[in-house]
Amino acid sequence: MRVLMFGWEFPPHISGGLGTACYGLTKGLHSVGVNDILFVVPKAYGDEDISKVNIIDAGEVVISDRIIDYSTFFQKMHFIEVGTSLRPYSTPEEYEKLSIENQEKSKYLIQSSFSGKLSFSGGYGHDLFKEIANYAVVASIIAYQYKFDVIHAHDWLAYPAGIAAKLISGKPLVVHVHATDFDRSGGSVNPGVYEIEKAGMEAADKIIAVSNLTRNIIIEKYGIDSNKVVTVHNAVEPLADHELQKRERSINDKIVTFLGRVTMQKGPEYFIEAAHLVLQKMKNVRFVMAGSGDMLNRMIWRVATLKIGSRFHFTGFLKGDDVYHMFSLSDVYVMPSISEPFGISPLEAMQSNVPVIISRQSGVSEILQHAIKVDFWDTHAMADAIYGILKYEGLPKMFKIHAKEEVDNLKWEHAAEKVKEVYQSVIY
Amino acid sequence: MRTICLYFQIHQPFRLKRYRFFNIGNDHYYYDDFLNESIIARVAERSYLQTNKVIRQIIKEYGTQFKVAFSISGIALDQLQLYAPEVIESFQKLAKTGSVEFLSETFSHSLVALKNKDEFVRQVNEHKQRIKELFNQEPTVFRNTELVYSDKIGADVADMGFAAMLTEGARHVLGWKSPNYLYCNSINPRLKVLLRNFRMSDDISFRFSNKGWSEFPLTAEKFAGWLKKLDKKEETVNIFIDYETFGEHQWMESGIFEFLTALPGVVYKSTNFCFSTPSEIASNLLPISTISVPYPISWADEERDLTSWLGNELQVDAFNKLYSLTDKVARINDEKIQKDWKYLQASDHFYYMSTKFFSDGATQAYFNPYDTPYEAYINYMNVLSDFSIRVNSLIPESTDEQEIANLTQVIAEKDELLHKYESELKKLKSTKTKIKAAAKSTASVPVKGRKSGSPKKEKTNLPKAGKK
Repeated sequence: MRVLMFGWEFPPHISGGLGTACYGLTKGLHSVGVNDILFVVPKAYGDEDISKVNIIDAGEVVISDRIIDYSTFFQKMHFIEVGTSLRPYSTPEEYEKLSIENQEKSKYLIQSSFSGKLSFSGGYGHDLFKEIANYAVVASIIAYQYKFDVIHAHDWLAYPAGIAAKLISGKPLVVHVHATDFDRSGGSVNPGVYEIEKAGMEAADKIIAVSNLTRNIIIEKYGIDSNKVVTVHNAVEPLADHELQKRERSINDKIVTFLGRVTMQKGPEYFIEAAHLVLQKMKNVRFVMAGSGDMLNRMIWRVATLKIGSRFHFTGFLKGDDVYHMFSLSDVYVMPSISEPFGISPLEAMQSNVPVIISRQSGVSEILQHAIKVDFWDTHAMADAIYGILKYEGLPKMFKIHAKEEVDNLKWEHAAEKVKEVYQSVIY
Repeated sequence: MRTICLYFQIHQPFRLKRYRFFNIGNDHYYYDDFLNESIIARVAERSYLQTNKVIRQIIKEYGTQFKVAFSISGIALDQLQLYAPEVIESFQKLAKTGSVEFLSETFSHSLVALKNKDEFVRQVNEHKQRIKELFNQEPTVFRNTELVYSDKIGADVADMGFAAMLTEGARHVLGWKSPNYLYCNSINPRLKVLLRNFRMSDDISFRFSNKGWSEFPLTAEKFAGWLKKLDKKEETVNIFIDYETFGEHQWMESGIFEFLTALPGVVYKSTNFCFSTPSEIASNLLPISTISVPYPISWADEERDLTSWLGNELQVDAFNKLYSLTDKVARINDEKIQKDWKYLQASDHFYYMSTKFFSDGATQAYFNPYDTPYEAYINYMNVLSDFSIRVNSLIPESTDEQEIANLTQVIAEKDELLHKYESELKKLKSTKTKIKAAAKSTASVPVKGRKSGSPKKEKTNLPKAGKK
């Protein structure tokens, strides 16, 4: 079975849960026997080469096509990198800002619609939708050049590419929904994004949702037949030894951590309100908000207003080992997300032996038992849980044993097994 | 004479309200009145009153031939008195029939037997007293919370003067042996041990309305048929179940009341079994052997052990924190503290913290107010924090008392010393008079005045020190 996969980021270029999930899933698929994967990835980590798009204009796609030896697990991984400035988690607004900065560098971009008809206007591709469409064009060329049995597209930016590949090849399409715009926007959905998402879901032969929460959104908000939507929960890669290493603490205070993008979707303000409540009762505790995002300034302002600044710290964006460093210093990890399709970071915290409090509005809460679950708006319950973990030693003891075991049992192979079943159900 | 022993357990805990850490130190009322009242009202109506009616009917028909035993926890009695006094009255009527025996247990439906003998005895006595007050009976048979039993607990119970104790006929304890005989404790053989026939008990309490069960539907005739098939030598079948089985766990619509109504008639007609109370069995039957239970057993789950209450770190921590207060609470003479102390010990609080149902997925705690064991633990620990703050705030007062006690002891010691000195003085005086007598004969006058002066001085000094 050969899979044409439109995925995102691969190590070492990982910026979020999506890349981690793609990587883990491919690895898992490999171990359950699906080892022939054509992996198409937008090469979008800052050093993107826009000149390649010029070549589409000539009617020929030159794409870097290489076989990489990811020695440990993949004997053979067929990588296809496409020059595009697409990156995961883009929103149309952000993209516009970004691409305007890039305008001077870029020479020539095509404008197209993904209906199959290409119209090369030669204008500048300063909007995300055009770029997605261009990606779809590339996808259709790839679909023409290679042979495969099934198409698997991750996240909405890749749906048009998946649709195009399906149109060209006639092969079945599986779309993998890691998030919907309802999660990202907190309700104020961008109609353009919604349209692409809906088109992708409708064109798909099967849809994989990362949680039942997401599955319900797909069925209810996008009007998709429930028989077409399958839930496959994400898993987590075991940590390397150096990531598990315990760091020396410089202060005696307990540390409560929020780690994630500081955006509306992640509910950072609820964390601050809970912190405020806890600090009224406890002295030897500090709160850390690690991450950045469009709500960061408002959060700093809120902390200042509540006069808890001396006990509440902002680290900015953390990457790589800093994340594990942060975990190893933490006594509690809180994920107060308003709408989290899955949420992989609590699992990483649990791997580092950190007790976690997660919102019930997260996909990961469907599979975790050894975590405290609260409604994101219930800051009293959240504060109570934080206080409980810090104060009553039974909880950390309990988590150390059981939560670690639980998270170690969440294996990508299990998820991949289900994905394989989905493939088999669509290949006639 | 072969016999059936019916014993029904009645217990409802005072469930705690949602108690946030913010309440600690501010709010000293811990119970969810609305929840507790509505559960009691519901169970009273659907189960207790209904079943009592059925049992009254049976007794009316068969008189004292029919026997049944109840154990009602002190906490349940408190709640019934608060929310459904008619249930108490109904039990009082049953008590007067002479067919009903009330058993002894810990007032708090607690697991204190595992922890502290003094407190265990205190709770048993308190419960005994309450049973005497309400039903005018003095229990001679003991059943521990959740039928928790071990050789050691059995011996403690024997020390309290009980004739018999009830426990589970756990397979891992019995092995090839049958629960259908009377056994005795292996440390103190004077204590008889009645073992629950868990298969036949669970057939009624768990499987009665299970349509997937191969024996469904269970009728009184079928049950009597099983009794007839038992080995002829087997003497007693102990059916120990929760009273809520009737009407609550098994709904009225399942025909559970018809089953109970029909059972005595069918048993008398078609078998040679009769009905007895636990105390009758203990005095009429001879124990066939000792039973050795080195590690505590209970009637819960497949494992029949303590893991439902003390199986994980949360439960162990909460349990130890609670009982670390025992000595302090014993010194506090405050009605409210004593009441909360009793209510916080109910085994149910620990049961709610169990993570066992994570793995078997089946058993959901009955009327469990919490979504997860973690919530249960945090809530309980918040309450316990407030409780221990209250306890500790009252202790200084009693350390004053302690100081007074210490001082009176000092006084007593000094008084004793005084006595010693006095007697020594007397002795000295008498020797002196002897010397004087001897001296008189030799005629020496000046010695007298000096020697009698100093003891007088001592005498006036000493009482002063004593008064202090």
